[in-house]
Amino acid sequence: MALAMMIRNAASKRGMTPISGDFGGLRSMSSWWKSVEPAPKDPILGVTEAFLADPSPEKVNVGVGAYRDDNGKPVVLECVREAEKRLAGSTFMEYLPMGGSAKMVDLTLKLAYGDNSEFIKDKRIAAVQTLSGTGACRLFADFQKRFSPGSQIYIPVPTWSNHHNIWKDAQVPQKTYHYYHPETKGLDFSALMDDVKNAPEGSFFLLHACAHNPTGVDPTEEQWREISQLFKAKKHFAFFDMAYQGFASGDPARDAKSIRIFLEDGHHIGISQSYAKNMGLYGQRVGCLSVLCEDPKQAVAVKSQLQQLARPMYSNPPLHGAQLVSTILEDPELKSLWLKEVKVMADRIIGMRTTLRESLEKLGSPLSWEHVTKQIGMFCYSGLTPEQVDRLTSEYHIYMTRNGRISMAGVTTGNVGYLANAIHEVTKSS
Amino acid sequence: MKTTQFSSSSSDRRIGALLRHLTAGSDSDHLSSVYASPTSGVTGGSVFAHLVQAPEDPILGVTVAYNKDPSPVKLNLGVGAYRTEEGKPLVLNVVRKAEQQLINDRTRIKEYLPIVGLVEFNKLSAKLILGADSPAIRENRITTVECLSGTGSLRVGGEFLAKHYHQKTIYITQPTWGNHPKIFTLAGLTVKTYRYYDPATRGLNFQGLLEDLGAAPAGSIVLLHACAHNPTGVDPTIQQWEQIRQLMRSKGLMSFFDSAYQGFASGSLDTDAKPIRMFVADGGECLVAQSYAKNMGLYGERVGALSIVCKSADVAGRVESQLKLVIRPMYSSPPIHGASIVAVILRDKNLFNEWTLELKAMADRIISMRKQLFEALRTRGTPGDWSHIIKQIGMFTFTGLNPAQVSFMTKEYHIYMTSDGRISMAGLSSKTVPHLADAIHAVVTKSV
Repeated sequence: MALAMMIRNAASKRGMTPISGDFGGLRSMSSWWKSVEPAPKDPILGVTEAFLADPSPEKVNVGVGAYRDDNGKPVVLECVREAEKRLAGSTFMEYLPMGGSAKMVDLTLKLAYGDNSEFIKDKRIAAVQTLSGTGACRLFADFQKRFSPGSQIYIPVPTWSNHHNIWKDAQVPQKTYHYYHPETKGLDFSALMDDVKNAPEGSFFLLHACAHNPTGVDPTEEQWREISQLFKAKKHFAFFDMAYQGFASGDPARDAKSIRIFLEDGHHIGISQSYAKNMGLYGQRVGCLSVLCEDPKQAVAVKSQLQQLARPMYSNPPLHGAQLVSTILEDPELKSLWLKEVKVMADRIIGMRTTLRESLEKLGSPLSWEHVTKQIGMFCYSGLTPEQVDRLTSEYHIYMTRNGRISMAGVTTGNVGYLANAIHEVTKSS
Repeated sequence: MKTTQFSSSSSDRRIGALLRHLTAGSDSDHLSSVYASPTSGVTGGSVFAHLVQAPEDPILGVTVAYNKDPSPVKLNLGVGAYRTEEGKPLVLNVVRKAEQQLINDRTRIKEYLPIVGLVEFNKLSAKLILGADSPAIRENRITTVECLSGTGSLRVGGEFLAKHYHQKTIYITQPTWGNHPKIFTLAGLTVKTYRYYDPATRGLNFQGLLEDLGAAPAGSIVLLHACAHNPTGVDPTIQQWEQIRQLMRSKGLMSFFDSAYQGFASGSLDTDAKPIRMFVADGGECLVAQSYAKNMGLYGERVGALSIVCKSADVAGRVESQLKLVIRPMYSSPPIHGASIVAVILRDKNLFNEWTLELKAMADRIISMRKQLFEALRTRGTPGDWSHIIKQIGMFTFTGLNPAQVSFMTKEYHIYMTSDGRISMAGLSSKTVPHLADAIHAVVTKSV
């Protein structure tokens, strides 16, 4: 209150009209944000919010794609705990360079391009550490806007909902291409190839490297080869979002096959990599964006331009998560432990797919649930309609996104029976 | 570009089949010579072949150049990161304690934070900058979101303004931190400047400031450095801040505070937050970007917060929902580690008190460096008035040296600073002050 007195006195000394009322004359001014509409909840993250608010003891969260163990608990990998212990108290916290930790980036490129990749040896890859996969996609979208200003991005239908937001905020126009076939609950390959063929030459395409989100439907190796050849003929640019390397099949090399095919065929690709799922580093926000260039000089130029886009967004990326990744990947024992733990996660999910499908078949479901085991990765595109999903939530306290996407990572031996029964109940009259 | 011919590889057969598919019914002779060449590009070219290399960042590039210099007497007074008297980076004791606490807690997990970040951190950050007794906090009309340090807070705030505020122009000080104009331009705002630094007095051009803000269109956004102005170290007095506040409110200008040095400038958290609290106390709206990079030494962990003070809780709720739409397509949710450390420290009375002591020690060391440099120039009889070294506040001194003089000091004395003559006092020690004083003396006396 002393301050208020002082200011009021100062104001009257200057001959200014003292602020009326309780020094809150400004309270009569209206807000600048009166017309701000309440934004819709994020369709994915909003599910967990609703789940947390539900008091029912039977509730099941198969919404957001974060891994759970068979007790439904979040997991911090042992290799990560060990890396944390080694790091605590031992490092400074200085700024990383704008491009992030060079060590972490090098180790990360090896995962995507191969340990003995000629492109790494020839220094042809422009790469920077990013804020997980989201940050990598956004940085690439901003880069695409700046340096291919007339271009559009072709996005598969369906895709992770945030892909649309990312390229929209980067102001890159979007088009879609066929991907998921609702009747087969598999890939609509011929429609996909038609769309690739009909796109103008030199178009930019977003491809999910493995474990497509949300459908779990991936092209076969042979299909990837055909896609690559058609891309070549059309001179398209392939941007791979690889958020689940290791998590899909349990084998990181196998999960990178699509990328390796494109590299063999001579494409200059871009890749977004994330450690959120495969190293369980979700909240640490660790990822990498890379762009394969013609030669080292071009790679230096591209990297410098990526840094120019990162600087006015966050200056330089966060340190801790990158240190965890480096600690794990550069130590052969920790890396070996990590590979084991990734396989355990992938195998548990594959096991749950089998159990869910068998449970539904045992219940005598009139529908085919073959897709549950054919699809791969964290998600199952169940084929449930929004109305059926709503019933699952309101009657059974089962939470998933309204497109019928089930996060298999949230399915456990404890809840798979309950889940199967509930799905059966809402679909048996279909 | 090498082109190797594989006349009957499977990929050639495949591409041949595709070509026939593509060109069925048309004259396709010109396509018949396309074949797979694994070592060349698809067409031999990259879609980004036209790119030129970007110039080094003017601030971060200084450290790059310093690292390359082999001289044993080199001195890095470029980027604003605190150094001890021994010239070493510093991790605060409270930070080490917080780290241990986090490690020892085996129940801690690494799940995604909400889009707005660590909620406890957000609340504690708002209290820290606005004061625990702030009416705006009591009335629940602030939204605070965890962001990537100061840069991230400014960028998210800027994008929010570009999307939802009726005025798209932001006024920044002349001069200001080099990254400010880039942040706001990429956020979608138009950047203009207002007079701030007076080279003649090496102090504040208050008249010019009032004139320029007075001439700004009503509703324009104004970026204000809460304390320890970067790069000049020149801050308004409290009386001047009051005049600025009245002018801005009378013109309906929107204040956007950049608070990167709370506690680091004077040594007191409350003193350094006074200008912001004055603005909030009058009931008006404003934005505040907070950074924990310097005052908690958490530089690389990228910890910060954006607060938007609104008229009502209802408005704050809607604003927060829209902030989430800005953040989600940028990085989905902020990093957990640094914010967790801050929360541990701020919520614990003992750790908080210990922090204030460590903070004061850093601020005091810098103030002592200022005094020592001023003394050193005085004893050398260096021509000119160098009192601005002790009048300016915070991490930086705007020496008044021009780019040519800076260049001379780098070449002859291996002293690195930004070309605008800004030196980071945090990079000095009692041992290195004489070297710097010699260099300044040399460059000032040699010039005509």
